[in-house]
This record gives sequence, C-alpha cells and structure tokens, in this order.
Amino acid sequence: MTPGEAGAARDIFHPGGRSGDQEVVPAAVDISQPPSAFETAADRIFRRCTLAVAWFTVLLVFWLVFSIGRQAIPSIRTYGLGFLSGTEWDSNRAHFGILPAIVGTLYSSILGLAIGTVFGLAIAIFLSEGFLSSGLDSALGALRLSQYSWLSSLPNRIENVLKITVELLAAIPSVVYGLWGIFVVIPFIRPPADWLHSHLGWIPIFGTNLSGPGLLPASLVLAIMVLPTISAISRDALVAVPPKLREAAFGIGATRWEAILGIFVPTAATGIFGAIILGFGRALGETMALAMLAGNANVISWSLFSPANTLAALLANHFPEADRIEIGALMYVALVLLAITLVVNVIGTLILQRADAGLKGLR
Amino acid sequence: MAATRTGSPANTEIDLESLQRSLRRPRTLFSYVMSLLTGGATIAALFPLFSVLYMLVVRGSAALSLSTLRELPPAAMAAGGGFGNAIVGTFVVVAIATLLSVPCGILAAIYITEFGPETRTASAVRFAAKVLTGLPSILAGVFAFAVVVAMTGKFSAPAGGVALALLMLPTVLLTAEEAIKRVPMKMREAAIGMGATPTQVVTKVIVPTGAPAMLTGVMLAVARAAGETAPLLFTALFSNFWISRTAPQFLPKTMNDLMKPTASLAVLIYNFSGSPFENQIALAWTAALVLVVIVLVFNVIGQTLAGRSSD
Repeated sequence: MTPGEAGAARDIFHPGGRSGDQEVVPAAVDISQPPSAFETAADRIFRRCTLAVAWFTVLLVFWLVFSIGRQAIPSIRTYGLGFLSGTEWDSNRAHFGILPAIVGTLYSSILGLAIGTVFGLAIAIFLSEGFLSSGLDSALGALRLSQYSWLSSLPNRIENVLKITVELLAAIPSVVYGLWGIFVVIPFIRPPADWLHSHLGWIPIFGTNLSGPGLLPASLVLAIMVLPTISAISRDALVAVPPKLREAAFGIGATRWEAILGIFVPTAATGIFGAIILGFGRALGETMALAMLAGNANVISWSLFSPANTLAALLANHFPEADRIEIGALMYVALVLLAITLVVNVIGTLILQRADAGLKGLR
Repeated sequence: MAATRTGSPANTEIDLESLQRSLRRPRTLFSYVMSLLTGGATIAALFPLFSVLYMLVVRGSAALSLSTLRELPPAAMAAGGGFGNAIVGTFVVVAIATLLSVPCGILAAIYITEFGPETRTASAVRFAAKVLTGLPSILAGVFAFAVVVAMTGKFSAPAGGVALALLMLPTVLLTAEEAIKRVPMKMREAAIGMGATPTQVVTKVIVPTGAPAMLTGVMLAVARAAGETAPLLFTALFSNFWISRTAPQFLPKTMNDLMKPTASLAVLIYNFSGSPFENQIALAWTAALVLVVIVLVFNVIGQTLAGRSSD
C-alpha cells in the first residue's frame, strides 16, 4: 500500500481527520495483510498434521485392541472358552484358567466400590449442601462470635481444604497405598478379623482366617482409591441441581435431609450412577494395590479374609517372569480385562452424557 | 386449611410451637442424625490420608539421607545403599513419555477445537480419549510389551515411556481442549481480521494464551505417570545399576544406555515391599516418601498454573 492510499483510507474513516492520526493509521494498515503463498502452504501442512495426529489418537485405541488381540489368538485357539471357566493356573503344565481371577476381580471391585460409594457420596453431599456453613453459623451464634466477618469466610476455606485433601488422596500413587496396606491396614484389621472368624465363623463371609494378604484389606484400599472419583463426579452432579428445585424443596417445608434424599439425590441420580460406574471401571483395572494385598492365590471363596486373585494382579505377578506360552495366556487375560473395562467405561461415559442432557430441560 | 379459613380469628393464629425445630419430632431427628453421620463419614474418610502421610513421614524419613538419594540399591541385609538410579530412571522414563504424549495430545486438541470442531473426527477423538482415560494402567504396559518389547527384544526405558505416554495422552488432550476453548473468541476474530491464517491464529494467539492451562494438564499427567507402577513392571523392568557406565553415570549417553532395563522408584517400592529384609523395607518407605514428594510437587505446580490461568 502506498502512503497515498493509506491517507485515503484514513479520510474515509475520519472525514474530519486530525493530523495526529497520521502516524497511527498507516502502521495499522501495514500490520493487516493477506497471507503469503508460503504462509498458506504452511497453514495447509499444519492443518493436515493436526488431522493426522487426531486420527492417530483414534487409531491408537484400535491398535491397542489389535496388538493385544493378535498375541492372544494362539491361546484363544488352544484354550477356547474353557479358559474362562478353568480354575487352575499352572505354567509348568501349560494349564491355564482364570475363573478365580474373574470372581476375585468382581468380588473385590464390588466390595471396594460399595465402601467407596458410601463414603464418597457422604463427602459429596457434605461438600455440596452447605453443612459446614450452617454448622459453623450455629456454632458461632452460640459462641456470640458472629460479628467477626473473617469467620464467615471460614466454611468456604474449610470446604476448599477438604476438596484439596480429597484430590490429594487421588494423587498418591497406588504402589504407596499398597505399601501402606501391607504395613498398616493388614495389622490393623487382623484382630477384629480373627475375632469375627472365631465367633461368627459359620457365616460364609467370615469363613476363613486372615493369614495376611486377603480380599478385605485389598477391598478397603480399593475403596480409598475409588473414593475421589466418586466424590468428585457426584459433587459436580449435586452442584448442578438447579437452584429453583432447591428453593422449592425448602419452600414447601422439607427438612434438609428430606430435600436431599427426596429431591437432590434423585435429580442428580444419573450423574451419581455414572460416577459409580466409572469408579467401578477404575476398581476393575486397579493393579498394584491388589497385586500387593490380595495374596495372589487362585482360590474361589466367599470369605472376606481369604486370599484371592484378580485379572490385573495376575498380569502383574506373572508377566515379568513368563515364558512364551504363558505370555500367550496372559495376553488372553489382558484381552478379557480390556473387554470388561471397555464395556464398563463406555456405559459410564454414556450415562454421564445422558445425565448432562437430562438436566438441560430443568435449567 | 378450610377449617382455619372459616374458623374464628383466634383459630387462624399459627401454632408457633409446630414451626420450631425440635429433635423430638422424627423428621427433624432423622435430619439431624443423617447430618451427623455424613459429617462423621467425611472425617472418617480423611483418616487414611493422614495415616498414609504420617507413616510416610515417620517411616520414610528414618532412612532418608543424602547418600540414600545417591547410592545404588543394597543387597539383602547389607547396610546403607539407596536408590539414586531409580530416581534418575523415573525421570528418564517420564521424560520419554512426556516427549511422546504432549505434542500428540496438543496437536489433536488443536484439531478438535480449531480446525474441525463439529466433525466426526472430533467426536471420535473425544470418545477415544475418554476410552483411554479409563484404560487400566496395566494394559498400557501389556500394549507397550506387545509393541516395543516384542519388537526390540529388550526391556527398556523407551518401552516404559510408551506405556506411560499412552496413560498421559488423554489427560493432556482433554485439558488442552478445555484450555483452547477458554481462549476468548474475540482474540481469534482479531487475529483473523488482521489476515492471519488459521495456523497463525493457533501458533501466535491460541497456544500462547492457553499455554498455562495446557501446562496444568501436562503437569497433572506427569504427576500421574511418575507414580505408575503396573505399566513399568514388564516394560522398563528394573535395574540395580546406573543408566550409564561412564561418569556422569546418571546421564544416558548412547542409544545402548537407553535400550536396557531401567530402574524406577515405583517398581523399587513394589519389589522391596515384599522383601523379608528390614533394610529393603526401610528403603521402600523412603522411596515412597520421595515419590510422593515428586508427585505432589508436580501436582502443586499444575494447580498453581491452573489458578493463575483462571484469574
């Protein structure tokens, strides 16, 4: 652009043109210019690149399934579906069955999930329904301290600290939980477990002695590990309950818990259910805590104190020292685990999407 | 209601007693008990965390010294020793994973937010990322074993890196997507108005603006990867020696240095936790303390960046 043209442009926008504008406007005209041929080509290449990477991400999932599946094919041919119902894992005789591991995976996950859900939901409700502020308000009222304004920000601060603490629980590596489980949880639950076994041993779930590692310590640690997932997603679901439902519930005179159990939890139910399913997916695939605490024994038992095995723990315990034949069988195990967790996670994700869509009508 | 309306004025007076909250009424009592239970459950759920932290500090600091951080793992019953090679190994494996997953995650995020937000590719990528989020970490190890270890014939740091990269990718991708979405539309429009190509809009406006939030995702992914054990068990395996034979021993200098089993803190904790020897168990606790500190540092850096970018 020539200076003359720039001057003309200025005159269009500022017919009465002040002379002070003369430095600014030509500069602005120089900045905006059509892209050069090189820039257009670079743009096209960069866009293709991002598209390729995007597709690579999708293909990665297929590659994952394919590479595990391909290596599992020989043992699928050899063992067939009997692999799923066999109860023995003997690498010397090349005799493989994973029924105890499947049962152990489901048992420990469901037990861990049940405990984790109770506490996770309690935390979600506690953090989303203003218990702290109302509790502190009444405490401050009783102590006649309510005139201090810095105290009124205290509930929010405590809620934040609690939220960060729960996030911390999620950040601690699972191998550290496993270590803690071995040296803290097992010694801690052994006396009550022994008491239950000797007094109530006729009930199947207390049927064996806790000799160290076992299903209960593994499930307890599992519960701690799924708790952050459940509490975080359920809290989001509870916070997303529309305020007008809240106000309406209290307006018709519901007590706090009538409102929570009758209105808020049912409204957020889909979200909470999605959270539980995702927590279940996490529990099914959790490896280290179970490899360290479940005892690695191919036993099917109702007893909470019996040692057990899970699919992931089986992989962790046998893979490092496996020979070619056993690796084939372990690939089959990996494929089964992949199938179970994929199904559970896809269901959980779909439920959460529906929860989001369902609440849109209420807002 | 009808009775009160037709009754004498004295009857319309509200029974104030009935509006008082009293624990003698079952509804209020139920509410009160449930509140107490919920508060109790919340406090009970925090116990494990404090117990873990307490044990880490008490048992972990017992064997902690400068030499533990610099020496090689000891034999059973031998005095002293440390896990210097495991600290280095953890950083090497996580660095490889970061180099693989971050460019991939951010480029894919750029595509699904900027270049093809409503396309089928975008929804496929989002779905794939969500599937990968729920992938059990041990299966990432099985994948790396099938692809890298089976191909190269060696347990190695890159094999561990591939496994961890697979776990980091969805976190990096999904947080980068959120970060890019939060860049104000008017900044894009201003750049386009100046004649910038879409690529220039991305590289000169969106990436610099969204960088802190993207870095948050990277930091959280690194924190998660550093603590992962299962994917490393049969990819990077473990080693009782330094990465390199020549000084400085902690730096990999040739491809051969990388293509061999590599120690990591997480696997060291796992191996030593089952040890019957007191000195190895003590080292497992110390290694756990060091690992948790590393993980928390990355977490805190991530959270700080997140706080700053939201301001």
